[in-house]
Amino acid sequence: MTELRLSHRPATARKALDVFVRAFSVLSAALGIFFLFWILWVVLKKGHTVLSWSFFTSAPPSPGEGVGGIKYALVGTLKMTGLACLMGVPVGLFTGVWLAEFGRHGALASGVRFCVNLLMGIPSILVGLFAYTIIVLATPRHYSGNAGAFALAIIMLPTVARTAEDMLLLVPDALRESALALGIPRWRTITGILFRAARKGLLTGVLLSVFRVSGETAPLLFTALNNNFYPKNLEQPTANLTVTIYNYAMSPYDNWQRVAWGASLVIMAVLLGVTLILRFLLKERNR
Amino acid sequence: MIMNVHAPEAPFETVRDVVVENPVISAQKLDFWYGKSQALFANDLDVAPRKVTAIIGPSGCGKSTHLRVYNRIFEQYRGQRAGGRVLLDGQDLLAPGTDVIALRRRIGMIFQKPTPFPMSIFENVAYGVRLHFAFTRKELEQKVEESLRAAALWDEVKDLLHKPGTALSGGQQQRLCIARALAMSPEVLLMDEPTSAIDPVATARIEELVLQLKERLTVVIVTHNMQQAARISDHTAFFHLGRIIEFGATAKMFTNPSHPKTEEYITGRFG
Repeated sequence: MTELRLSHRPATARKALDVFVRAFSVLSAALGIFFLFWILWVVLKKGHTVLSWSFFTSAPPSPGEGVGGIKYALVGTLKMTGLACLMGVPVGLFTGVWLAEFGRHGALASGVRFCVNLLMGIPSILVGLFAYTIIVLATPRHYSGNAGAFALAIIMLPTVARTAEDMLLLVPDALRESALALGIPRWRTITGILFRAARKGLLTGVLLSVFRVSGETAPLLFTALNNNFYPKNLEQPTANLTVTIYNYAMSPYDNWQRVAWGASLVIMAVLLGVTLILRFLLKERNR
Repeated sequence: MIMNVHAPEAPFETVRDVVVENPVISAQKLDFWYGKSQALFANDLDVAPRKVTAIIGPSGCGKSTHLRVYNRIFEQYRGQRAGGRVLLDGQDLLAPGTDVIALRRRIGMIFQKPTPFPMSIFENVAYGVRLHFAFTRKELEQKVEESLRAAALWDEVKDLLHKPGTALSGGQQQRLCIARALAMSPEVLLMDEPTSAIDPVATARIEELVLQLKERLTVVIVTHNMQQAARISDHTAFFHLGRIIEFGATAKMFTNPSHPKTEEYITGRFG
């Protein structure tokens, strides 16, 4: 029999440690939130001065002459993100489907999962360089919105795939079995029932990936480039918000710098608004 | 469900008090493996038409495993494998050419936990119907009503058809799952511990329902609850360590079992 000896560490020391850990946690959380609001405040303060209806409907300003607007960049970003979604979301989604529903614990699935994780970790500038090499250099018209959208799609893919896999794995096997037991084919079980059961998570994954690419600048720098004209199609260098912010913020012209702040505010507000609206909608529908 | 099975001493013979005429399902020398571990050993079992056959036995004895062969639902898991034959109307349903989709329409299954689909009550029933039958809207609505009535749920949900299935109580959800299965017009209904996650009142309703259902189809029910088996089944198979120890008329088995193991289990000395 071993003798049970109580440790002699005094209770006061233990309590002090408890207070310290708790205080440090609260402080850390507060610090994070503090920086978030600081960023929001700075962007709001510097960006709101240029905001008006015409900011969304006008062409970009000449150096030193008025503020003009970001219409072209806004349209270009929307078009490129849309095209990136058309390419990246289905491929990512069905990669996730394969991992969760077919590959599961097999060796091939672990391999694919590992690759997807690697892809998620690749710096976006490398993805841009890749798109530059295989599309920009290989096409006669060089820089294009298509190349930009392609780079964005590659960045979206792993995020969509991993969240789709995780969300599908959260659906209990009992639901799969009861659908299959009704004689519902596997593909209908997946697209008609599992997608519906996991819709909230799947949508979140898609949104996360859209959010991730909507702020990306590096992969667009040498693919979509930028443009001072309306992006009628994506065959040409394409105006976009992030590269516009990058170019204008670095310029010596005061009016361009103000437009950069305004564009930043627009990106931030749209992302914030969409997040809030979606959270609200999803809550409603789940009731 | 994965179990440790020690091979019992051979030779082995199931004690049978009943000969089933014209069985709907006839398992012959059915073996089953989870990877390398064998879970069922040469099960021979005949399921009588329009009767309730209960499968009882201690945890891990292979009851569910046996049932899950009948609609080949085990196949979606890697490493699970069945050997032997299971005849449905004389055709081996384990044969490679079997149309599994058609098989599962003919043999429905109810699980332990109710699993309503993430859609309305109406759609829960209609979803499978649409895939299997070419119905007009009117016929579909009729089929849904008929199935919900057959599952003794219609009166409770007829004004809530467009509410989500998950909004119902546990017992109602289970009856919704039964309605969903009945809508396929199955010949056999497999029930894998259908009341173990449900309160006693709801359980009584489902037992009552099973007794009504056997007028038009065959039921095979796995249950942990021996009173339940005694109340609703005509035949009982007692499983132990992956073998069928005894098969007979329920009334006889629960009053005068032939095998000492069966008696021990029924009287609660193990399991």
